[in-house]
Amino acid sequence: MLKDEDRIFQNLYNDFGAELESAKKRGDWLETKEIFNKGRGWIIEEIKTSQLRGRGGAGFPTGLKWSFAPKEVGSKPHYLVINADESEPGTCKDRDILRFEPHKLIEGCLIASYAVNAHTCYIYIRGEYFNEGQKLQKAVDEAYSKGLIGKNASSTGWDFDIFIHYGAGAYICGEETALLESLEGNKGQPRLKPPFPALIGLYGCPTIINNVETIAVVPTILRRGGKWFSSLGREKNTGTKIFCISGNVNNPCNVEEEMGVPLKDLIEKHAGGVVGGWDNLKAVIPGGSSMPLLPREVCDTIKMDFDACVENKTGLGTAGIVVINKDQDIIKCMARIARFYKHESCGQCTPCREGSGWMWRMLERMAKGEATRDEVDMLMDVTKQIEGHTICAFGEGSSWPVQGLIRNFKDEILERNKYDPLIQRKKEVPYLVDQHLLEKENA
Amino acid sequence: MSLKKISKNQPDNFEFDSKNLEEAKKIILNYPKGKQKSAVMALLYIAQKQNNNWIPLSAMKYIAKMLDMPYIKVYEVATFYSMYNLTPVGEYFFQVCTTTPCMIRGAYKLVDVCKKKISENESEISKNGKSSWMEVECLGACVNSPMVQINDDYFEDLDEEKFSKIIDQINKNQKPKPGSYRGRLSSEPENIRKTLLINKNA
Repeated sequence: MLKDEDRIFQNLYNDFGAELESAKKRGDWLETKEIFNKGRGWIIEEIKTSQLRGRGGAGFPTGLKWSFAPKEVGSKPHYLVINADESEPGTCKDRDILRFEPHKLIEGCLIASYAVNAHTCYIYIRGEYFNEGQKLQKAVDEAYSKGLIGKNASSTGWDFDIFIHYGAGAYICGEETALLESLEGNKGQPRLKPPFPALIGLYGCPTIINNVETIAVVPTILRRGGKWFSSLGREKNTGTKIFCISGNVNNPCNVEEEMGVPLKDLIEKHAGGVVGGWDNLKAVIPGGSSMPLLPREVCDTIKMDFDACVENKTGLGTAGIVVINKDQDIIKCMARIARFYKHESCGQCTPCREGSGWMWRMLERMAKGEATRDEVDMLMDVTKQIEGHTICAFGEGSSWPVQGLIRNFKDEILERNKYDPLIQRKKEVPYLVDQHLLEKENA
Repeated sequence: MSLKKISKNQPDNFEFDSKNLEEAKKIILNYPKGKQKSAVMALLYIAQKQNNNWIPLSAMKYIAKMLDMPYIKVYEVATFYSMYNLTPVGEYFFQVCTTTPCMIRGAYKLVDVCKKKISENESEISKNGKSSWMEVECLGACVNSPMVQINDDYFEDLDEEKFSKIIDQINKNQKPKPGSYRGRLSSEPENIRKTLLINKNA
């Protein structure tokens, strides 16, 4: 177990209160100026040394992302945008940072904005987090009144403003380019990439977009050194991470742990074990609903970091762990997730707009045992038609959980849906999905 | 993508009151010159708050004029995002999260309570004219599930009995306390916390 002194979010459970004074006691805003004095290059190098990877789901190296911002400010200003549109089912880590550790985030924003040459930062909070947003606003006001941000922020000579922008209940706005569209006052539909936001982002200006947790750990990394951070976990999967353990566990909780902590430890030690005992475990969604589920056998041994999850055909995502025990109907659980994606598809790309509804309806029927045997393959094929054929990663996010279900629980689906269709279709009928199945190449 | 019903009963006029107008003007200044369009989401919220938690078409026209953008663009935004109500909702607007993490901890039992105690159908105002409810997607409080959002506040760690009591309280014009209904202060593991214990005892 990670030592308490190595935990970055000392106030994760709000033992102290979120006010500036208590945040300062925990070491926030301590000589921020000295970090500035070491220079932009040093900050980015140190973050690269720490091997910090984005905590929002994709796991992109943060130092590298920052280095994509143009070195000199041209005719257009640079922007820093913080993604606090936490909406991935199973994830509620940013909420605790916003309400209990806002000063870590604000200080991180100041440092990051200096590193990427931005004087303005927008924090995009999901609309439902109204109270959390108010708490953050209070912290921002505190920081302004003490001169920590604003003109000549923390006596560094750097002018810096933070604005909070509320979303309004669209999951897709967590996708960075959809977030930018939303911030510009449009409906949140993702943009084609390239151009990447680092060069052409908000209002056509260079923009760096980071997740709340990523930015909130930056001040601590710079104070304790990139080497300290990279000494935790393993190569390329370093540092600490807030894990959210929800679902059928005895004590659902958020906990900050070292990268690479065994999944079983998280569930048994921190979350009080699976309801009905470890043997009652059916499956675990390891990284928010977009990531394929893991069957029990894998849960026994898997370590929770980016690469280990990929090796097991899933992903760490946001580290929102949803534990599902044998009392639940796994097909129904996944059908509900498919309904979520159907509801949240922005409607821009046809495969996703139509496919997400197909997947939901097919799974609902499968949960009731109303589907035929051949539909299971057809469903798999639908997921393959969506995956990789959309502008943004929502296509993958919606199809992976279904693929995970079929990969691991195909027998169970077939057992419930055991009948062949009454009317056998002719296989040579040219019909996109069936034809694709016949080719079998990508199926 | 959710389909949105627009209310048939629309007021003819809408204008921000002086306090809200001031707030709106302040928000517009958060964005660079010429990019005032960015404020559309915030202004829609203000309109919604002023107009009993729903947005009439006249408010969209008013906002469009204020931000110098086409009316249809405001309409586009208002219909895209699920948190803008385009038909009247109850004074107490219950949003029950039923996405999988909440579902497997009994969210649909809370839906049954809503059906019994508020109204049989979603988005239907209760007989006493006070409340309405709807199922929503993940509200991001999964470790405190099942949970319900009532207006701006989260009510967490619920069960049928506790949730029924909350509705009763509202019907009696009392203000139920938001937060966890198992006495948790945050998202710490109940009773078995193993980390940051020095802080807890500090």
